[in-house]
Amino acid sequence: MALTTTSPRTAPPQPSVSRKVGVDKIDRKRQRWGWLFVGPFALVFLGFLIVPLAYAFWMSLQTSTLAAGTQFTWFANYGKAFTDPIFLEGLGRVGRFAIVMIPAQMLVALAAAMVLDNLTTVLSKFSRLMIFVPYAVPGVIGALMWGFLYSPRFGPGSDIFSLFGLDAPSFLSQDNIFGALVNIVTWQWSGYYMIIIYAALRGVDSSVYEAARLDGANSWQIALRVKLPMISSSMVMVLIFSLIGTLQFFTEPQVLRAVAQGAIPVSYTPNMYAYSLAFSYSQFNYASAISFSLGIVVFIGSYLFLFLTRKQNGLK
Amino acid sequence: MKSKLLTSVGLIAVSAVVLTGCSSGGGGGGSSAAASCTNEIVNKDAAQVTVWAWYPAFEAVVDNFNNTHDDVQVCWTNAGQGNDEYTKFSTSIESGSGAPDVIQLESEVLSSFSIRNALVDLTEFGANDIKDKFTPGSWEDASSGDAVYAIPVDGGPMGMLYRQDLFDAAGIAVPTTWEEFAVAAQQLKDAGTGGVLANFPTNGRAFNQALFAQAGSVPFTYDSAKPTDVGIEVNDQGAKDVLEYWDGLVKKDLVTTDDAFTADYNTSLVDGTYAVYLAAAWGPGYLQGLSDADPDAIWRAAPLPQWDAANPVQVNWGGSTFAVTEQAEDKANAAVVAKEIFGTDEAWKIGVEQSALFPSYVPMLESEYFANLEYPFFGGQQINKDVFLEAAAGYEGATFSPFQNYAYDQLTEELYSMVQGEQDGSQALDDLQETLTKYATDQGFKVN
Repeated sequence: MALTTTSPRTAPPQPSVSRKVGVDKIDRKRQRWGWLFVGPFALVFLGFLIVPLAYAFWMSLQTSTLAAGTQFTWFANYGKAFTDPIFLEGLGRVGRFAIVMIPAQMLVALAAAMVLDNLTTVLSKFSRLMIFVPYAVPGVIGALMWGFLYSPRFGPGSDIFSLFGLDAPSFLSQDNIFGALVNIVTWQWSGYYMIIIYAALRGVDSSVYEAARLDGANSWQIALRVKLPMISSSMVMVLIFSLIGTLQFFTEPQVLRAVAQGAIPVSYTPNMYAYSLAFSYSQFNYASAISFSLGIVVFIGSYLFLFLTRKQNGLK
Repeated sequence: MKSKLLTSVGLIAVSAVVLTGCSSGGGGGGSSAAASCTNEIVNKDAAQVTVWAWYPAFEAVVDNFNNTHDDVQVCWTNAGQGNDEYTKFSTSIESGSGAPDVIQLESEVLSSFSIRNALVDLTEFGANDIKDKFTPGSWEDASSGDAVYAIPVDGGPMGMLYRQDLFDAAGIAVPTTWEEFAVAAQQLKDAGTGGVLANFPTNGRAFNQALFAQAGSVPFTYDSAKPTDVGIEVNDQGAKDVLEYWDGLVKKDLVTTDDAFTADYNTSLVDGTYAVYLAAAWGPGYLQGLSDADPDAIWRAAPLPQWDAANPVQVNWGGSTFAVTEQAEDKANAAVVAKEIFGTDEAWKIGVEQSALFPSYVPMLESEYFANLEYPFFGGQQINKDVFLEAAAGYEGATFSPFQNYAYDQLTEELYSMVQGEQDGSQALDDLQETLTKYATDQGFKVN
């Protein structure tokens, strides 16, 4: 009895040791293959992201002026950036864009996704595609197109407003440019976010709705009390996407600037400021510092947000 | 509505093509003989010089050069117009490679590039030997102190292009002074055609600066021999008077303030919305290239209105040059190209007739042919003899700052703020003075 009880106890370590050796060998082999598979990506990642980033960071530590040449100044450029009224003003502006634009996009996307989720006709497939189409239009082309739609001469604005006996507002004036840009971005991105939310809705087991219905919930209640909480992690993801995108706002104002140079100055958003510093004013070093400063703000913003919504986003 | 839609679709298509064209053109240049050229190389054994330029019909000029030179050949690429090209050039300066040997630059940006040691002083390559072949004003624009950073090509002496038919309909006499110009603007408004006499673009940049210069404004002093010194005086009384004048017209709705060089502006130029186009000598070529023109339009050219008719001041808007870059391996041959590509009557005949350029090249300016050239667009008027030759002769040159792009961007912001009614012209220029002085100091200049 004692034998039978001890032998199983002592026996197991034997194979486990040999297995451990075997696992190590296999693991190492696997790892080697793993590296081989990761290799191509790692090379591109290093060459086109890490190295340029490191180089840009190195550049941002130097100060170069037109008249005095280049000096290594550590973090002086960052001090200058975070006290630069133009940069701060740009940050404030994209902040305002975030406050208006993100809810607008999410509401449109959520409403469209909810409606499409309830429809089961051929029309729903068609509508889904049509809502998504703006996202398939490249950003530059979309902005150019809107530039013409906003144009007092080529756009339909004057025709539409004259139907009601009104004068069309000047969409590209200083007062209206904010709304004009919000409109373009919402048009462009809502379809994409709609697809994300729609996919999340499809992933919800429909028996949940059935149960809710049996408990006497109406459609509104199902939508707001059942569906919305169940897809909250997708909503957080959409929010993060649009937050990062908005803080890096560039393409639309840069393209519209061609037709509204007064209303959209070169430093309208931090990214535009960095671009013009580098490519119009040849201040590559300070432009790098501005870019990194913006990166820091985006990182802190996103991190804070994810931390605050940790219950909803499923990260905890 | 439908035609509008079609126009906008067409415009979008064109812009898309232009955009992709710009982005794919980035790889051009380089000093290697294997560089791809837009043109045909005639003599394949000869040294090749790469050239960036955006002149219309430039290929014919390049062919003319290559056919007449055995030992050096031009390899030409269009790397974009104006700022598009400068952005590429600026990036290649920073990266240390990728610039062409010879590059078309407007005279206003020469000091911005010479201060970055990107341009070769052509006095070593015999530039001063051909000084007499160019108008004094254009030579002054291309040089800084004793150094010559480029060979002038074309200029933009300013005149006034106007719609004779609209003037007649409203009973307006051609204004010769700005005072008369303001009266004419009122007359046209009273005629109630819905159009305006002229447009005052806040993004006119060199155009706005030229109007200031006519009233004696000398915004910058700069000499590349002392590259860390710059003089800034953008808010002198002359410039302020000019702005006050235009601000007055804007406030009375006698002129519009549309952005220049947009599709809207281009259409307004030719469909009768603006009765006057205050233009440089390259303006007629620009006008003729625009679509949607009023078919009944009768265009004529007259001298630019003056502040003091007794002491006329001639000004210049734009104008370009050929500079040799420091990255050129064979600088001597590059200098030959810069000096000679537009250095013959044959080349200039192409330049005048096909590219609608206004030469800075004196032999062409003094020729009977050029003076007597009749322009069908102006009903056969000899616009060179009537307007632009005199304007070119009277132009004495200008000095631009080594951060001209920044200065213009700031000027646009201040002018926009002025026409929005947020500040008057005097305040706008004082602000500009302060901004530019601060910028120059930050950039390590000693500001005088």
